[in-house]
Amino acid sequence: MNPDMTEPVSSPLVSSTFTLDGDEIPYAPGQTVIQAALAAGKYIPHLCYHPEFKPHGSCKLCTVKVNGRPASSCTTAAQDGLNVESETPDIKDKRRTLVQMLLVEGNHFCPSCEKSGNCMLQGLAYDLGVMSPHFPQIFPTRPVDASHPDTLLDFNRCILCELCVRASSEVDHKGVFALSGRGITKHLIVNSESGRLGDTDFAATDKAAEVCPVGVILKKRVGFAVPIGERKYDPVPISVQTVSHTHKKETV
Amino acid sequence: MAAAITTPKLKVATTSLAGCFGCHMSFLDIDERILQLVELVEFDRSPLTDIKHCGANGLCDLGIIEGGVCNAENVHVLREFRKNCKILVAMGACAVNGGLPAQRNHIDLRDILEEVYHTSPGLAQGSQIPNDPELPLPLNKVHPIHEVVKIDYFLPGCPPSGDAIWKFLTDLIAGRTPTLSHELMHYD
Repeated sequence: MNPDMTEPVSSPLVSSTFTLDGDEIPYAPGQTVIQAALAAGKYIPHLCYHPEFKPHGSCKLCTVKVNGRPASSCTTAAQDGLNVESETPDIKDKRRTLVQMLLVEGNHFCPSCEKSGNCMLQGLAYDLGVMSPHFPQIFPTRPVDASHPDTLLDFNRCILCELCVRASSEVDHKGVFALSGRGITKHLIVNSESGRLGDTDFAATDKAAEVCPVGVILKKRVGFAVPIGERKYDPVPISVQTVSHTHKKETV
Repeated sequence: MAAAITTPKLKVATTSLAGCFGCHMSFLDIDERILQLVELVEFDRSPLTDIKHCGANGLCDLGIIEGGVCNAENVHVLREFRKNCKILVAMGACAVNGGLPAQRNHIDLRDILEEVYHTSPGLAQGSQIPNDPELPLPLNKVHPIHEVVKIDYFLPGCPPSGDAIWKFLTDLIAGRTPTLSHELMHYD
């Protein structure tokens, strides 16, 4: 990304800003709404969006209202004069509901999860004030895959963001992961004859090993090296951390 | 003393269903603030009082439930609390979403009992699945309590910290909707 994007570029006639919750947000040509917002230090919640990958637009957490109509901010190109609303009570309610639905759809037992405290889904749930599951738990049956020597797969926590699928095919050029099935039966699979990770060429050093926003893809033998309560999102909310991190990267 | 007499104390009942009592232990982490608390509330049925049933002396103002529902007795106790408490709170991960006990939900109940009492190593000779009318029957699955009765408020955490419980209770007692700041909001 262009580090000077906050400076006025090329034609002074082009204003190159849109408004986000009343604030003027500058953007560079080709940026999406969420990219420009994060670069400007404004957080928009997201799970399947990752700055290093093409937008996916599936988790819907980054939904905003663009000129009054709902749109995913990760797939909407920034344009002059857009009126974007994000932190409205209505949108926050819908985001909270989305997180609650994700939580009851899988088996998210935070107290026994190695990702607890580093988990984006959990961090967002804290930020959005999710105090209850609200919906009945589905308690799906999703056996874990411990066949790989260095990596554990716990499908119970998968939210189908496809970041591992994208990382494995686009960066690692291995295509280890894929999604299979439709609707509520949709699930993450491993591309090997046996369906087990141990029978693929997956390596713990793969990009796919580090992109999971929740606790599906876990490194073996390092569990609970950092105690609960001292992890990434424990001291500072995910919203504050993400923008300060992005902002730092942009300004360096 | 006169002021204390003019303000009737709120009646609070607590219980632990399919939980580990960790939430009750964490509740005791409010430490000396319990002296402030007993100025405002009196305890009805609770492991702290050993009163066996709630509501004997009229409705309780607040019922606090730790743990999910894993057996028939849990269902009866939970219904007794709902019937006799004006406000019911799910305290801790197990009450909120089933918690760790619910991790047995993907295993057939008979298979679990077989393994625990028949096939696992180190069992006594002639060990068999307990079948005593005194023992409550386990349910096929562990459920969060809001799937059985209406729950008014949820306090997540495994356990919620003493500070979180204190904030939650003082909010409720003051008539506010309980809220937790980032430091107090935890699922683990």
